[in-house]
Formats: sequence, structure tokens, C-alpha cells
Amino acid sequence: MDIVVCIKRVPAFGAQVPLTDDGSAVDTRHLGFTIGPHEECAVEEAVRLVSAHGGRVTVLTVGPEEAGEQLRYALAMGAHRGVLVDTGTTDLDPEATATAVLAGLADEPEPDLLLFGDASADAGHGQVAIRVALARGLPVVGGITGMDADAGGGLRATRETPAGTEVFRVPMPAAVTVKEGLNLPRYPTLPGRLKAKKAELRTVSCAPEPGGLRTVGLRRPADDRAGAVPLGRGAAAAPAVVDILAELGKV
Amino acid sequence: MKLVVVTDATVPAELPAVARSLAGRDEPVEAVTFGGAGTETGDLARVLGGHGVGRLHVARHALLDDYAPEAWGNALAAVIDRLGPSGVLASAGDRGAEVLAHAAARADLPLATDCVRLAGDEDGTWHVTRTRSGGVLLEDAELRAPVTLATIAPAVEVPQVPLQPAGECEVVESAVDVPPELARTRVVEHVASETGLSLATAPVVVSGGRGVGGAEGFAVLEELAERLGGVVGCSRVATNNGWRPHRDQVGLTGTKIAADLYIACGISGATQHWVGCMDSAVILAINTDPEAPMMQRATYAVEGDVHEVLPAVLAEIRRRAEEPAVAESVERQV
Ligand SMILES: Cc1cc2nc3c(=O)[nH]c(=O)nc-3n(C[C@H](O)[C@H](O)[C@H](O)COP(=O)(O)OP(=O)(O)OC[C@H]3O[C@@H](n4cnc5c(N)ncnc54)[C@H](O)[C@@H]3O)c2cc1C
Ligand SMILES: Nc1ncnc2c1ncn2[C@@H]1O[C@H](COP(=O)(O)O)[C@@H](O)[C@H]1O
Repeated sequence: MDIVVCIKRVPAFGAQVPLTDDGSAVDTRHLGFTIGPHEECAVEEAVRLVSAHGGRVTVLTVGPEEAGEQLRYALAMGAHRGVLVDTGTTDLDPEATATAVLAGLADEPEPDLLLFGDASADAGHGQVAIRVALARGLPVVGGITGMDADAGGGLRATRETPAGTEVFRVPMPAAVTVKEGLNLPRYPTLPGRLKAKKAELRTVSCAPEPGGLRTVGLRRPADDRAGAVPLGRGAAAAPAVVDILAELGKV
Repeated sequence: MKLVVVTDATVPAELPAVARSLAGRDEPVEAVTFGGAGTETGDLARVLGGHGVGRLHVARHALLDDYAPEAWGNALAAVIDRLGPSGVLASAGDRGAEVLAHAAARADLPLATDCVRLAGDEDGTWHVTRTRSGGVLLEDAELRAPVTLATIAPAVEVPQVPLQPAGECEVVESAVDVPPELARTRVVEHVASETGLSLATAPVVVSGGRGVGGAEGFAVLEELAERLGGVVGCSRVATNNGWRPHRDQVGLTGTKIAADLYIACGISGATQHWVGCMDSAVILAINTDPEAPMMQRATYAVEGDVHEVLPAVLAEIRRRAEEPAVAESVERQV
């Protein structure tokens, strides 16, 4: 089973999100980078499927050269090959990102499965996968938290909704977007990391045309919460806590 | 025409209201929904009429009777082509977002998702504000297209525009072609969810993070949650360590909640967690570190070890529960 997983390099921020002075982007000078949790689950699932059914896992990313770091992380998790579509940036609109993903797939053999995150961790457009799948004529199901290859060469995929679980049965080749919770992703091992460090990445250059959605700037929403009221320390705070619970009618 | 897309039996009131505010004076707001040969639309037309929507188009085809993202998206693209609306809006729920993304891809149009503010320009450009990273950031963007497609977030600003008189909403049957191969991505089976309190709707959530220290450490959180009529939640660290299942995770990639009371135990308050709990009415943080972001942003803060504070709180709840009985028996003796 050949699987391609699309992953995106995103800044990893903590409690504050620093912005550049002009508000055009997240200020990443002092930040590390990561891939989103949904995509981590996609990589994990691909590695598990291939170890069960044979085949290979290719990870693909669209971004600057540095996004090779995220490809190597996925390789350290057990993926076999990496494709970097060098666009110089990850700040592309979803149509342009889809075009660049397609450029990266163009010279690859048709995979049985094309995996995506449900939404990218930073921009969260929720549409790159659908655009890519349609352009490649693939069926696509989204927001999947359970999947299994069945004997007939199809895929049983499930997703959770407030009303319950929806089950899809999709023929392969197919595209699937997955959500965190699908599995518990492994941490890369040290030997895995060492191997990934040396792995060869295929690089494709691409300068996609911009689509119709243009980012003008980013800002932080107003935070109108007043600071917390201290209720005390340790066990001594218990009466004050229970007063609040009583006030709220919870005890 | 502005077209609103209805993907469920209910219509969130903000959807037609936002469409109305974007429509020109004489521009009608109409709606489209999907159905199989015999699907009934129930009182959808009446509800839409009450929101000032004059027409409900029912895109019908045998393959549209159950949720089928590709087929619904394909049908919506056909309806857009037929009706020529200037803008199309759906709710940013799972279905709305998915169906609109499919329609956008098929119609080769851009799409702005999760919008909280939309405004039109004379030249047809839309100025939108969309939420990013679960609401930690706002993105101002321009959407330029012959038909502007957007999904609106629940937190959307609803401009005050006079409602059109709540007239009749006419139901227009609209047969559409759906390529038979799109049957490949239909829901083939539904499994109803277990009833009972769910994380998303529980009035109280007692949540634990790294500071809880391990899976066993959650026992005291379980006990408090039960006492308060709530459920247990957790941070991603608790999930990733295998202490709790992912369905308990609160946050950007977990569940977004809006509880009456959220108790965050040993959770630092990273943005990706905060966006999942920030809509709760009251937030109580319990943390050994008074500088933790959660301790700053919460409504109330207790500095201390979760395994000291929670047992003391439970003891105090039990003590007070017994107190009135004691008081009564004292009274009776007198
Ligand atoms: C794209 C993306 C998406 C994410 N999505 C989510 C998400 O949905 N949900 C989520 O939760 N996280 C999410 N995260 C992870 C998030 O950034 C944080 O890493 C995570 O929330 C931290 O969990 P924590 O607060 O339990 O752990 P920590 O940040 O390590 O904090 C532990 C806290 O416990 C306190 N503590 C320690 N011991 C005790 C004690 N005995 N008693 C009381 N307090 C104690 C410490 O002072 C500290 O404040 C996401 C990250 C990314 C990059
Ligand atoms: N720059 C990128 N490189 C590779 N894959 C991407 C990129 N951006 C988005 N994707 C994929 O498309 C999914 C959805 O992204 P989005 O439409 O931005 O929410 C992500 O989870 C990734 O799997």
C-alpha cells in the first residue's frame, strides 16, 4: 500500500502568540516549528497501515526549505521518503497551496491513499485536501477518527458527529482527512532520528498563482477577562472554593 | 441573490441574518437544502420564512437522501450555476464547511472559512475576518470572486438590519444531476452515540493536565466531577501520555466547550488549550505555579498542588452537606 501524507510546517507557540510589527504574520524569530496534531496522527496511521499491509509512506510538504525539518520528523516516525515543494513560504492561500501539493504529486506514482490533516494547525482553511482530491479525481472523506483497510481493497472510515458515528466505505485510491484521536502518535526513536537526518529529500520548486482569498493582516482578539481572583493557597483555599461552587448552585 | 446553505434540519438564526445584511436592498435571500426522492423538509420553510428568506430550493436526487459530502457539494455547485447568486453562506459546522469546500473546488471558486465578520464593497470584494487557530488570532482578508463563498462561525457579528416581513417561504423543487460514482462517499451506516453527559455539553468540566501526574491521579477529578454533575476533561499532554482518551481532550484539536464552570487542574493554559475552554462562564484554575497563564486568565485561582486542594474541596463539600442535618438535629433537641 503506497501512502502519501501531506504535512505543514507551523509555528509552535505557547500562551502568547507574537506578531510581527506590521501584523502581517506570526513573529517566528523565537519560536520552534512543528506539524499539527491531526497531521501527526495521519503520519502515524500511514506508518501503521504500511507495517501491516506492506508498501511505503511518502511525506509531502509545501513551504520554505526549512520545512525539510518537518519532513525529517515524519521520517523519524517511520515514513520512508520526503518530498519538499519549495514555495519559499507556507503563507499561501488554500488554492495556491493545493496547486503546489499537486505539483509535488505530479511526478509521484499514484498512491493508494492520500492522507491530510482535517485542518492545518495555523490557517485552518479546511479545504486544501478537497481541492487536491477533486483535481486528482479521488473520492475524499473528511474528519475521520477511525479507519481500516478492508479485504476488497476499500477503506472503512468513521467519523464522530454530535449525533453519533457516521460510517463511510470508500474504494481506493482515495483521499482522507483525519482528526487527532485516530491513534496515539509515537515519539520518534533516536535511531529513527539519525536515519532521518541522512535521508535524501526530493525537492520540487513551485511558484503557484495566488487564488481569490488574500490575507491582509493578523490581529489578536480583544481579551476582556479581568485578572483572576485569588482564592488562597493549598488546602486552606477549600472553603473559598466551595463558597463559589455554592454560589454557582453546583453543591 | 444571496444563497444560504442548509445542511441540517435546523438553521442557526445568524445565517440568514448575516446574508440579509450583505444583500443589496432589492437582492433576495434564498436558501438551498438537499434531499432524496422522498425527503421531507419539515418546518424548514416556515423557519426560514420567519428569518425573511423568500424561497427554499430543495436540490433533489436519490443520492442526496443521506449525507454524502461529494454529492452534496456537487449538487450545490450545480445550484450555484443555475441560480447565479452573488454570494453563498453556510454555517462553519462540519457539514457546512465540508459541503462548501466541495462546491468551491468544483466551481473553481475561493472560499473563506470560519468568518466572524463579513462586509461587502461596491466592486464586489468581500472584506472578511476569519478566526485562526481556534480563535487565538483573527485574520483580516479580502475575498475576490464572481461568487463569494464563506462559512460563518457561531461567534459571528450579526449586523442589525431590519428583517423583511416574515412572509411565506416558497418551496421550489429542483432536480439535480449527480454523477453515479459519487455514491462512493455516502454515509452507509449511522451508529447512535451513547446518551448521557458529553464533554461538549456538560455544565461542569473538571479538567486535568500534566500536573495531575498520571492516569490514577484522575480519580479525585472523577469524584469531584460526579459530585458537581459534570464530566472530566483533560489537556493534550494527558491524552498524549495515554492518561485519558482523546474524547476527553479540551482545546483546538479536542473539544471546544462552553461550560458554566471549568476547573483546570495542573493545566498551564497554552493558547491551544485556552481556546477550547475560554467560552466557559466561570473558570477556576488550580496550579502550583501562580505565574501559569491559566492562573492569570481564569476567573478564580488557587495556588497549590492539585492532590492537596481537590481532596480538601471534596472534604469541605461533604462537611457542608452534613451540616444542615446537624443543625436540624440540634434544633430538635432544643
Ligand atoms: C497545533 C496544536 C494544537 C494543540 N491542541 C491542543 C488541544 O486541543 N488541547 C490541549 O490541551 N493542548 C493542545 N496543544 C498543546 C498545548 O500547546 C500544550 O502543550 C498543552 O496544552 C499543555 O498541557 P498541560 O497544561 O497539561 O501541560 P504543561 O504545559 O506542562 O503544564 C502543566 C501545568 O501543571 C502545573 N503543575 C505541575 N504539577 C502540579 C501539581 N502537582 N498541582 C497543580 N499544578 C501542577 C504546572 O505548574 C504547569 O502549569 C496543541 C498544540 C499545538 C501545537
Ligand atoms: N503547506 C502545506 N504543505 C503540505 N500540506 C498542507 C499544507 N497546507 C495544508 N496542507 C494539508 O491540507 C490539510 C488542510 O489544510 P487547510 O485547508 O489549510 O486547513 C492540512 O492538514 C495538510 O494535510
